[in-house]
Amino acid sequence: MAGEPILQVQDLVKHFPLTLGVLYKRQIGSIQAVDGVSFDLHQGETLGVVGESGCGKSTLAKLIMALERPTSGNVLFKGEDIAKLRGKALKAMRRNIQIILQDPYTSLNPRMTVGDIVGEPYEIHPEVAPRGDRRRRVQELLEVVGLSPDHINRYPHQFSGGQRQRIGIARGLALRPDIIVCDEPVSALDVSIQAQVINLLESLQNEFNLSYVVIAHDLSVVRHIADRVAVMYLGKIVELGTDREIYDSPTHPYTQALLSAVPVPNPEGREARERIILEGDVPSPADPPSGCRFRTRCWKAEAICAEEEPPLKPRQGSDHPSACHFAEVKDVVHSGESG
Amino acid sequence: MTVPRADAERRAESGFSGPLLQVDDLHVEFRTRDGVAHAVNGVSYSVDAGETLAVLGESGSGKSVSAQAIMGIIDSPPGFVTRGAIRFRGSDLLTLSDEQRRRIRGRRIAMIFQDALSALNPVYTVGFQLAEMFRVHEGLSRGAAKRRAIELMDRVRIPAARQRVHDYPHQFSGGMRQRIMIAMAIALGPDVLIADEPTTALDVTVQAQIMELLAELQRESEMGLILITHDLGVVADVADRIAVMYAGRIVEEASVHDLYARPAHPYSKGLLESIPRVDLKGSELAAIKGQPPNLLRVPSGCAFHPRCPYRREVCVTKEPPLFDVAPGRGSACHFWEEVLDGR
Repeated sequence: MAGEPILQVQDLVKHFPLTLGVLYKRQIGSIQAVDGVSFDLHQGETLGVVGESGCGKSTLAKLIMALERPTSGNVLFKGEDIAKLRGKALKAMRRNIQIILQDPYTSLNPRMTVGDIVGEPYEIHPEVAPRGDRRRRVQELLEVVGLSPDHINRYPHQFSGGQRQRIGIARGLALRPDIIVCDEPVSALDVSIQAQVINLLESLQNEFNLSYVVIAHDLSVVRHIADRVAVMYLGKIVELGTDREIYDSPTHPYTQALLSAVPVPNPEGREARERIILEGDVPSPADPPSGCRFRTRCWKAEAICAEEEPPLKPRQGSDHPSACHFAEVKDVVHSGESG
Repeated sequence: MTVPRADAERRAESGFSGPLLQVDDLHVEFRTRDGVAHAVNGVSYSVDAGETLAVLGESGSGKSVSAQAIMGIIDSPPGFVTRGAIRFRGSDLLTLSDEQRRRIRGRRIAMIFQDALSALNPVYTVGFQLAEMFRVHEGLSRGAAKRRAIELMDRVRIPAARQRVHDYPHQFSGGMRQRIMIAMAIALGPDVLIADEPTTALDVTVQAQIMELLAELQRESEMGLILITHDLGVVADVADRIAVMYAGRIVEEASVHDLYARPAHPYSKGLLESIPRVDLKGSELAAIKGQPPNLLRVPSGCAFHPRCPYRREVCVTKEPPLFDVAPGRGSACHFWEEVLDGR
């Protein structure tokens, strides 16, 4: 993709201190939630971030939103470091990066009307829409996300789950941001509603030339909407590539295990499908394994994996970066298919 | 390890040759302040030993309520089973006394729930809760019950069971807690296991572990498994037969291969077309339009008609019965032939 990236994340680290004691707090360690993450995001592009619970993907979202300050590293929006901004400058910057949250049942205030919820961003950033103009703007937004502008005075409980998520999307769009972070945008919705919301997100992206960072655990959803995909494990990106590179020719064992675990909605050939079943659970991010963090569950692990951390770089036989000493292309998604 | 079963009871009943568990024309309603919600409206399905039946539906489809009716754990009031029968080895559970039902529940028909953390008691160790099953149902001593609890934890592959038997639920990960739920469900060697969204709260790699464990336990003990889920992927992986529910009714019933290859109801067809797939990258998803129905105001005729591309006048006025599409296959659509032919 050409041009300057709109968002550059460089070697981002966030450690949360673990303390002991009430009066005299001592730091006894740290949760390494995000540990050296780097990627670029271009205008109009969608980056999918996948990983299991505890891999740091939500902390990453908070760092991009400047809701948490990084321990080290930079988040550059159009070349300016968000993490170093304070006060007025930070508030002005927040206009550009908005978020859509997972659960439309808890992320909307039940005592506010839809008009107040969607129009609230204008209270904080009054320069975007003059007071007299706001009602009209909110009605336009409701129309854009497929809700009736007449419903502006209704309350969230009068809407179904899918409609509520549309309200959340309208709120995210209100300030005309460049980037929207979608944190599990459809996982709380019914199956028949998920497709509606995914289609809406895609059409809005085309209309407003938005850039998305989509954080999700559902790999099928990410494959559908992402242009590029970052796979995270224990605070690190283990593999990064276009959707095709990640899904059709993954090279990192963790990506392969993750993909092979996704049930394919087609019973034909299910006996032949190859499954990589990982043993055990994800280790604690307070005490991650030395070297490669995946080695404790990896079937390829050798002595070097414990000693030397594999850098995220292109490996032999593939063009996209992968953090594995023994990276090797393996198509797990299409195994079991005839021909 | 031997499977703990009351063998005498089993032999006594072996003369019966119908389906292991049969739900027949079940109706459940909830009498709420806002009106009567018809959660289950005439649902029939059955499961045989060693078979996996998937009950697929979205929230509010009645899939969980029908399972709760089988277990006899619907809160009443507001919930009432108003019609129908639930036959376990031929005898209707709904006509039994509370005491007789209690002896079947857990022992012959067991259930696992979505959220293992809230289903386990946080103030007792998991070992105590597992052992309780044996002390209450089989009258074992504390020591013997604890030994059985450790065996069970081994059987569901919890590492270091001998030590972990003394741990509390919060000390386990989500996947391990679900294993404990499964251990508790299979403790008494049930004939039927009902799994209500067993992996929905879990990560995909853990989901794969749990589904494999369930399949293995089923192979060992020939349980009938009723898998309640909204996940078309999980169903395709493990089910033999599938019943698709919408607004409290079964709209399609078929073998899993038939349903995925050629759905015969517009709702199942719409669901299959609307899901993003990890093995395919399409353009726009073919979404089902509209919203799931409100159970207080279920649409007239066919409940799916407001969202259906095949809708005609008859759909608004007349509720379609479950038409026979093929042996063992049914569709509750007036125009199932058109849907089946993909017209």
